Amino acid sequence: MCVKRVPITGGRMVLTADGQAIETKHLGFTISPHEECGVEEAVRIVEAGGGEVLVLTLGPEEAVEQLRECMALGADRAVHLVSADEWDAQATAAAIVDAIRAEEPFDLIVFGNESADAGNYQVGIRVAYALGLPVVTGLKGITTADGRARCEQEVPGGRDVYDVPLPAVVTVKEGLNLPRYPSVPAKLRANRKPVDARPLERPAPRLEKLRLVVPEGAGKQAEILGHGPEAAPRVVEVLRELGVA
Amino acid sequence: MSVLVFVEGEDELSCQAVTLGEQLGTASVLMFDGPYAPSAWARELAGREWEVLVGPGSDRGNEVLAHVAAQLDLPFAANVTDVRGDEVTRVRWGGTLLEEARVRAERRILTAAPFAFEACGDPKIDVTLPELDDAVRVIEHLAPDTGGKVTLADARVVVSGGRGVGSAEGFGVLEELAALLDGAVGCSRVVTSAGWRPHTDQVGQTGTKVSPDLYIACGISGATQHIAGCKGAKKLLAINDDPEATIFAHADYAVVGDLHEIVPAITAELRKARGA
Repeated sequence: MCVKRVPITGGRMVLTADGQAIETKHLGFTISPHEECGVEEAVRIVEAGGGEVLVLTLGPEEAVEQLRECMALGADRAVHLVSADEWDAQATAAAIVDAIRAEEPFDLIVFGNESADAGNYQVGIRVAYALGLPVVTGLKGITTADGRARCEQEVPGGRDVYDVPLPAVVTVKEGLNLPRYPSVPAKLRANRKPVDARPLERPAPRLEKLRLVVPEGAGKQAEILGHGPEAAPRVVEVLRELGVA
Repeated sequence: MSVLVFVEGEDELSCQAVTLGEQLGTASVLMFDGPYAPSAWARELAGREWEVLVGPGSDRGNEVLAHVAAQLDLPFAANVTDVRGDEVTRVRWGGTLLEEARVRAERRILTAAPFAFEACGDPKIDVTLPELDDAVRVIEHLAPDTGGKVTLADARVVVSGGRGVGSAEGFGVLEELAALLDGAVGCSRVVTSAGWRPHTDQVGQTGTKVSPDLYIACGISGATQHIAGCKGAKKLLAINDDPEATIFAHADYAVVGDLHEIVPAITAELRKARGA
């Protein structure tokens, strides 16, 4: 299970003075919501059928917090590729491929469909190609049996179904399941589970981030239709003006 | 500049991708027949001649172009809002933050961020049936029984609730207003995490992205996670008892006060107006 440490952004994006990152002095951190469901699914599959869940991240030293959280949810051990820099998707995938090859074999390699922050939509797919494995993305349902995975992907108007042989790469979306909350004993156990940390140097990016920009548009001046239930007649007028009532 | 545009059909996001393609050069437009098979479709696109490959910023657009990028070992900039030579602006955090980036490659692969470009009118589209061989493909489609109700993604009006609704039962008044407007009920991530509504109702960066004529946000604070899902709405009406709530900075119309009183009052007023 591959995860990424991201800030919990709240209501407003504030950047560092150099425009290279979100100002995180006052923010907590987590993994992407899609990935929370991926961890939960991986743990459920192993609980039902046996095996082991390895959680892998590429991130700064502090990302060990997220690895511990994943292990509190039931992952057995962790590999931490340590780098304080932000990597582009191609380099990230290459580093993950090297780490996976050192730990093989796996039946299932799981990613979030896209990271909450960069949203590149491609790391899992690149990893699948490098390893020569089939890949299905955006899963809201997965069942494994007899060396195959039946995968359900949400699309407009329903779900598309795929059937792939294992081993395979899958990327998942929030809604796949409702992740558990870690218990206190599980958190304590997580602190004793092994984390294999390996420092890495970032290669030159091919999609090179120059700077971040907060988009204009927020900070609209809303027309106040009123206070409390007395506003209802004015609201209905607006609904009619908009042609929806 | 020779540009190839991959489209899913004549849907809105595909037509927006054509607009971006035409901005960049002489564009030809290609779509595929047969079952969805991203690796096979990508192989066909990878084998054609182009300097820039453009696709829609949809799930399939991003997936197929990521396959092309992996096959050709090229960088891929997903969801761009602007292109200036080898520099692009692309969306992060579901569009609540932008990134300016340089693409270091001779051939560029880009998807057009949803609603960043006008949709072109009537694109000339070539259709091809690709070789599937043993490529992973869709083998079955499951269509849920919506009971005749309009879906969240298609609704012209979405009545959405957040933490301020307070409970699963609290959504009753939102259901009633939505039914009266032939709309759908949505919710924020807090609500699904609390188990008050199913994830299929969730609007947000990791839920459904909606683009109704009117989005009514009831008791929703306005976290970036949620805004990423509803910023496609043409108009937004926010109902919140906290006049400082972030949601008001994204709203066209505001009502300040308790949604539990205001929403039923709107429903009653609407019934009264229709009865008259």
